[in-house]
Amino acid sequence: MRISVGHLYPDYLNIYADRGNIAVLARRAALRGHELGVEAIGIGDPLEPGAHDLLYIGGGQDHEQALIAPDLAAKGGVVKEAVGGGTALLAVCGGYQLLGRGYRGRDGSFMPGAGLFPHETIAGERRMIGDVLLECELEPGEKHTVAGFENHAGRTRLDRGAVPLGRVIAGFGNDGESGYEGCRVGRALGTYLHGPLLPRNPWLADWLLRQALAHATGREPTTLEPLADDLERLAHTVSAERAMERGGRW
Amino acid sequence: MGARLTLETTAARLVGRLSRAAGRGGGTTLPGKLLWKVDPDAIDALAARLRFGSALISATNGKTTTSAMTARILAGRYRLAWNHSGANLASGVASTLLAAPDAELGLLEVDEGALPEVMRRVQPRAVSLGNLFRDQLDRYGELELIAERWRDAIARLDERATLVVNADDPLVADLAHGRSRALRFGLDDLRQARSSLQHAADSKYCIRCGRPYRYEGAYVGHLGDYRCAGCGHARPQLDVAARNIELEGLDASAFDLVAPEGTTRVRLPLPGLYNVYNALAACSLSLALGTPLADIRVGLESFSPAFGRFERIEAGGRRMLILLIKNPAGANEAIRTLEHGGVPPVLVIALNDAIADGQDVSWIWDVDLEPLLARAERVIASGDRAAELALRCTYGGLPRDALEVVPSLEAALDRGLELIPPGGELAVLPTYTAMLRLRAIAAGRGLVRPYWERAEA
Repeated sequence: MRISVGHLYPDYLNIYADRGNIAVLARRAALRGHELGVEAIGIGDPLEPGAHDLLYIGGGQDHEQALIAPDLAAKGGVVKEAVGGGTALLAVCGGYQLLGRGYRGRDGSFMPGAGLFPHETIAGERRMIGDVLLECELEPGEKHTVAGFENHAGRTRLDRGAVPLGRVIAGFGNDGESGYEGCRVGRALGTYLHGPLLPRNPWLADWLLRQALAHATGREPTTLEPLADDLERLAHTVSAERAMERGGRW
Repeated sequence: MGARLTLETTAARLVGRLSRAAGRGGGTTLPGKLLWKVDPDAIDALAARLRFGSALISATNGKTTTSAMTARILAGRYRLAWNHSGANLASGVASTLLAAPDAELGLLEVDEGALPEVMRRVQPRAVSLGNLFRDQLDRYGELELIAERWRDAIARLDERATLVVNADDPLVADLAHGRSRALRFGLDDLRQARSSLQHAADSKYCIRCGRPYRYEGAYVGHLGDYRCAGCGHARPQLDVAARNIELEGLDASAFDLVAPEGTTRVRLPLPGLYNVYNALAACSLSLALGTPLADIRVGLESFSPAFGRFERIEAGGRRMLILLIKNPAGANEAIRTLEHGGVPPVLVIALNDAIADGQDVSWIWDVDLEPLLARAERVIASGDRAAELALRCTYGGLPRDALEVVPSLEAALDRGLELIPPGGELAVLPTYTAMLRLRAIAAGRGLVRPYWERAEA
């Protein structure tokens, strides 16, 4: 099966090794006999709802993020329609912020976002930097941990009733105080965690692939053949230990 | 110098001696840390007693090599206060100035984050700014933030001081915009340019209008001959340039050094275009201090590599070639140099994640490791984050059976040396603290002297 991936603004938002996430998805798909076709979507490029099985957006420096923000806000309706129609999505760091309602600067300015995730981000004074460990339950009864690294000044406040990606075991998370990290809407996940995120959290990569395959086939998500993942497990363990030892706290 | 400073400096020097005597890592920063804590203004007074003032060197990549080259050029002309051990925070500067009471000129490599404070206190005669690449975002923040802090510091710099900038780096070159005493250096040989920007290129978009730059040629990362098609912002005229560059494998490079005083051919005993940039920075800074071009040529040609930067260590009939890697741009250039000179069949790559390495290891995914992985017969992933590095290699196409994961650096080195034939060369690519560890292991085996005992150039 061919899985179609739309990678939003890869030339602008690539600061935290986003190509690592794409490489993981491509390889894990290939090992199961699927092919990942990645299309770059830039400023002014058309985006069709349903044309992709998975959308990916990474993080960038402030300068680059400001350059793409208006274009992404204009694409907001299409992104929401796609996710509503079962497209999977992963947004990391800046991309996660920009897919919310908007970003409020310390000078009171407001940069509107794409409005997919029910949250708003407010500029903070101190950056939240460090290793993070989360506990997630994306499927009822299936608990997994996610290990990553965060580096953000923005404090993201989820709306009442919004679903986070996970509970913070160690680290700051969305705002350093709620105890939650990330956000989920249907098959769309947003998070501050990079590292990159997917190499050391293979279960999450497989969850996204299953959602993307479900969109591609029009059927319910099915299980994927397990892989050896010995290095992945080792990398996860070390990263999780780091979060426990030195994860961010005020 | 007041009585208080005398007292404090005496105490701080004593701490340095005690620290060395206790054998804990040379004590290169401890006395400075103490002095810095007791009386931060002491740096101002220590710097003011230097008869010929100070020259500062900062950059993301190459500041240690650039300062070592400059020291080599200047060593015969001045008694230097030079922080050759790489202690480049304000406390390290304090230590260096303390340890050299008879020095005439301060030659100081300064951390990017510490530069504004050190500039304000030391009041340098010349400052060289080499480049800004993304590096340890967890520690330094974003490039533009650093550039803004540098800009503020430069605005307060004495107008008689000379600012040396890399004209090939848009963000850095712009810092000298409108400044009368400035020297701009860059490469001028399109045969050595890449046709396109690398994956991890920074500063791709015009700093004035945000449109992508068009490159006549990109030499190292985003460094090159750029022009914005939108607003016309372009690389400024070069005052000091390298032309007719010939790269001689892993051994050397030769180029025409073109300066306002004239042109001279230089054979630099170090490989790689990035070292040509370092040589141009060292040359420009030396010119700013009034050094004749002929002396500069002699200094550059007699240079030997700085600590861990393309350094060769003999180990029982075999050799280790050490290339420090610390961020995508630097690592990409180390790899490009290895590619050009021939990739050794066995590589040890060591990834640590201490503060000095960057706690965020995601940068290894921005390094174009693939050319290395395609040519190496065996890669030994080592360091505290060996597993993470091994994953990067796997996803970069290295077959699982060509990969070994040996977190202990000492065990990884032994394994690497065992895999190569007598007379062979093992390439070792460590991050910063892994390099320090490597040097300690080598010193422990009597292969190299500890770095704080090394003679100045």
